[in-house]
Amino acid sequence: MSVATTHDHHHDHHGPPRGWQRWVYSTNHKDIGTMYLFFALFMLFFGGAMAMYIRAELFMPGVQLASPDFYNNMVTDHALVMVFGMVMPAAAGMANWMIPMMIGAPDMALPRLNNLSFWLLPAAAILLMLSIVAPYIFPDGGTPVNTGWTLLPPLSVQNGIGMDFTIFAIHTLGVSSILASINIVTTILNMRAPGMTMMKMPLFVWAWFFTALLLIAVMPVLAGAVTMLLFDRHFGTSFFDAAGGGDPILFQHLFWFFGHPEVYVLLLPSIGVLGLVIPTFARKPLFGYKALVYGMGVLAALGMVVWAHHQYTIGMSLVATNYFMIGTILISIPVGLMLMNFIFTMWRGSMTFETPMLFGIAIILMFSFAGVTGVMLAVVPADMQYHDTMFVVAHFHYALIPGAVFGLYAGVFYWLPKWTGHMYNERLGQIFFWWTTISFNLTFFPQHFSGLAGMPRRIVDYSIQYTEFNMISSIGGFLFGLSHLLFLFIIIQTIRGGAKAPAKPWEGSQIGTPGLEWTLPSPPPFHSFTEAPVIK
Amino acid sequence: MSTQADTHTDNAAYYIPEPSRWPIIAVFGMFMLFFGLVLSINKMSLAGSLIMVTGFAVLAHLMHGWFGAVIDENLSGKYNGQVDRSFRQGMFWFITSEAAFFVTFFGCLFYLRNITLPWLGGDGQLATSNILWEGFQYNWPLLNLPDADTTKYVPAKEAMGPWGLPLLNTIILLSSGVTLTWAHWGLKKGNNTQLVRGLIMTITLGTIFFFVQGYEYWHAHHAMDLTLNSGVYGSTFYMLTGFHGLHVTIGTIMLIVIAVRSARHHFTEHNHFAFEAVAWYWHFVDVVWIALFIFVYWL
Amino acid sequence: MLPRRDKCLSALFITGGAWLFSSMAHAAYEYNLTPPASTLTQEIFDLHMLTTIVGTIIMALVTGMIIYALINFRHAKGAIPDQEFHNGWFGRWAWVLVPVIVLSIDLTIASSASSTLNSVESHDKADVTVKVIGSQWKWTYEYMDDDIKIVSNLKKLEPTDPLYLRDVDDPLVLPTGKRVRFLLTSSDVLHNWGIAEIVPKKINIPGYINETWTHITKEGTYRGQCYENCGTGHAFMPAVVRAVSPTEYEQWKVARKAQQAQAAAEASADKVWAKAELMAKGEEVYTKNCLACHQANGQGLPGVFPALAGSKIANNTAALADHIAIVVKGKAGTAMAAWGPQLNDLDIAAVVTYERNAWGNTAGELVQPKDIKAAR
Repeated sequence: MSVATTHDHHHDHHGPPRGWQRWVYSTNHKDIGTMYLFFALFMLFFGGAMAMYIRAELFMPGVQLASPDFYNNMVTDHALVMVFGMVMPAAAGMANWMIPMMIGAPDMALPRLNNLSFWLLPAAAILLMLSIVAPYIFPDGGTPVNTGWTLLPPLSVQNGIGMDFTIFAIHTLGVSSILASINIVTTILNMRAPGMTMMKMPLFVWAWFFTALLLIAVMPVLAGAVTMLLFDRHFGTSFFDAAGGGDPILFQHLFWFFGHPEVYVLLLPSIGVLGLVIPTFARKPLFGYKALVYGMGVLAALGMVVWAHHQYTIGMSLVATNYFMIGTILISIPVGLMLMNFIFTMWRGSMTFETPMLFGIAIILMFSFAGVTGVMLAVVPADMQYHDTMFVVAHFHYALIPGAVFGLYAGVFYWLPKWTGHMYNERLGQIFFWWTTISFNLTFFPQHFSGLAGMPRRIVDYSIQYTEFNMISSIGGFLFGLSHLLFLFIIIQTIRGGAKAPAKPWEGSQIGTPGLEWTLPSPPPFHSFTEAPVIK
Repeated sequence: MSTQADTHTDNAAYYIPEPSRWPIIAVFGMFMLFFGLVLSINKMSLAGSLIMVTGFAVLAHLMHGWFGAVIDENLSGKYNGQVDRSFRQGMFWFITSEAAFFVTFFGCLFYLRNITLPWLGGDGQLATSNILWEGFQYNWPLLNLPDADTTKYVPAKEAMGPWGLPLLNTIILLSSGVTLTWAHWGLKKGNNTQLVRGLIMTITLGTIFFFVQGYEYWHAHHAMDLTLNSGVYGSTFYMLTGFHGLHVTIGTIMLIVIAVRSARHHFTEHNHFAFEAVAWYWHFVDVVWIALFIFVYWL
Repeated sequence: MLPRRDKCLSALFITGGAWLFSSMAHAAYEYNLTPPASTLTQEIFDLHMLTTIVGTIIMALVTGMIIYALINFRHAKGAIPDQEFHNGWFGRWAWVLVPVIVLSIDLTIASSASSTLNSVESHDKADVTVKVIGSQWKWTYEYMDDDIKIVSNLKKLEPTDPLYLRDVDDPLVLPTGKRVRFLLTSSDVLHNWGIAEIVPKKINIPGYINETWTHITKEGTYRGQCYENCGTGHAFMPAVVRAVSPTEYEQWKVARKAQQAQAAAEASADKVWAKAELMAKGEEVYTKNCLACHQANGQGLPGVFPALAGSKIANNTAALADHIAIVVKGKAGTAMAAWGPQLNDLDIAAVVTYERNAWGNTAGELVQPKDIKAAR
């Protein structure tokens, strides 16, 4: 494959507009991508602060810092902020920046819609913040949102005005992700440069293609579910109340019909990043590209039909339980295939260990571990013991922090030179890697033990037998939180200056990652490909 | 360098709009709408309603402005075939997400009818649940509730049958699909008169549907005691038909806009994405109605 | 038992150093699932060990492969990338090989799990049937075959006590060596009655009954908690079972029934109660049933649970009927439950009297059981 034309040289016929209008009115995929990334960074610290409070409260037995309701409100919003405010926008920011450049498009297919999808996020964030303060500032504010991010009725029906703000925050977030997904799918299908066939696209683009399809399919389900919740709360319907013939479990089904694919929405973009990082630093092409693409497709499809494994304890029929159990265990096939393909990509390669690669290797290891605990949890009778204990918390943090967040970190370090035109400080990057990885494990590994010993989730206070594990966990948590100040520092430092990055900052750039982003200078011009490159 | 005639290869010809103020206005309007709505359902109805109405006004202004801008760009020939494809694909995926939204409510209906209520009535594995609701017999439509105490939920007196107004509405909506297709034929032939007439007929049928549905609601409320409070039968009935009605209303407004544009000769045989988008939407609403008629009214 | 500091250090050592391994396979029970005390949980425990061991082997393999790759395929060592590796026979067949291996592991686990699942779900036969009702934030147990009812509240202890948040005032008593069937339900929101030693969890759903069962093999006291977020007091509703021998169980039943009969007789007697008696009784009932929300000083939790101290209803003689009605029938749209079905006339009379006279409330009436009977 060779690239006949990179880009032409009269691309600066109009540069970026000046001042605030550049950002607020933006129709440029790179500017919008940048805003997504900064928003995600802000929310990372916002949600992280909540996590710090949670770990501080759990440092010792006894209720020390705030009321149980505030605690559970923080548990709820930590999840919502991290899922909807941090991981998804960060992944969407990378999609915005990279997908048009990778496939040789001038911009996203629908640039104004792109701007709308981004700016809905701050509005949703404000609604979410209002949900925290509303119970205290409005008369008859009622109980704060203390349900956990699953918002399960009847507890969520009992909650006060904060729940209504949360519901509409979710509506806003849902509109935002659906519009963004429509845009991404359309861009991928319609904006590829000539010769950039689907099976030549970088894995990251494929990953986002499936992610976007999943979002289009399941985000409306969540919107429908919270709408029904709103009606049950205020308009007298009885969807989730047995007295009127409804069923609280119905909400669980709807929520997890959204919620389980949502897990893959969080994971897939990071797997896409891995599919670029590992070949680059192993200096050989991706092993089993087709298998990875189909594997992601199978993962997305399977992910849509196994939702009830989050709710084995609800009392389903034996047939249904067996179906969901076997379906869930089968997910290990595409996931195992992916992880193995990454290992085989390293196999007989020539590896160097820059920060993105370090994250990549850590992801393979720790995500495998999450997969193993995932299979344990998938086994119904055993899950009836693990259900709603800290074991589950440990499992999904192992899945989501290495699986999603570390993948985003890898992406940030991998692409920072491309985005800013500067190399980041490799030494600091590696310190950041070791610091986060060790403190992350220190935080969440002990939670497997406290969970097996029976400590429930979402409790503000625990009996003293769990003290040691929680103390270790809290210390690890504080260190983990602190490491992100270094992350912030590295990013600011790289934006402000540093060694000039070449168009191909990595020696192995473009080996087996057929994207066009490396044909552009670092940083790329305001408009990427005003004339389409042709790929032969 | 690309020399192919296909517009697909010509990135410079792909219209990238200038920075636009409309998206942020949309965000502002939506925020006002939601914020006001939350206040108005939480005992702050005056302030809430005012904010909500402002939000609506902002959104109306937005629709006018944003779509107006797009129409102007289109008429001045800025869009090439690839832009047109982007719009079409965007609309397709939007309707897909709408379909998922309706599937949610249909899914609830199936779940409630086939799993929840039989269990409450004493069937299957959770048969013991009926010791909590002694004497509850499961029938659909649900005219007796598990909780016999009527302080919280009052069951409907009778069920909504399919063969009266609902059947009439089915006929109306299906014929509106036919008239819309007839208008589409007109457009393809370049017969603008047929296009406008077809659209006007469709709008008329849509409006009639809207009023018949309104009358049906009124009747259900007053004569049959079928309300949101009537247990899950009322809940699902109004949720499904209500969201469908909302979509019919939006569709009708869109059709009116398209009819006005047609009357101004905005569309040609080759460039009429807006018409087709609305037509797809209208047909989608039709299909949802057929599912509604079968599963909500009939079976 | 190690002293706590040493335990802390050893835990630090294990967690810090050993995340590569699945350390749950360690022999020490503190790091593993709670030791089972019933036939069913024993079966589940074995299943748990199977998946843990399989998982540990998989992790060892993956880790080994990665370490091998990290050592041998380094740029620094001059490794030359094999650009055709993915095109060799392995590259062409890996997508079949890996899934086949994973699938066979999966099926092993699934078949074993399926048979255990059948045991979990065969809960029909039972020697004793107990209905377990979760409510915010306590457990109520009703023996379906005997007229026995137990209300189980958190016992308040200091956060240094070994039983802090683990003990209740009135535990459920069950016989060993018999099949016990649990009918799980709830009076308000979702709860989950979980005691890992003896019973696999099912959630308590308001308006529905879920079933689970146990066959306890060892006498002892088993402690669990609520495992489904139920709001403010979620952390504060332990579930405790005292498992005793069948003979001791029979004796306990007889004694318990006598005690209940006496309380019922007392409540239905036409006796007119004195203020001191009512206040003492009322405080007891209040502590047991109302304190979780309305708090010990009657101040409630602002914005969540209304204060009773100084409230209009509890200080206004004209509102006595309202007061009784709220306690008996609950208040729609709030967390206030209907206590009529749960408490007898005397209890309600006492608690209403207590609420109208304690914490500086001035309404001052005495409410007698017959007033409650009339209000029902």
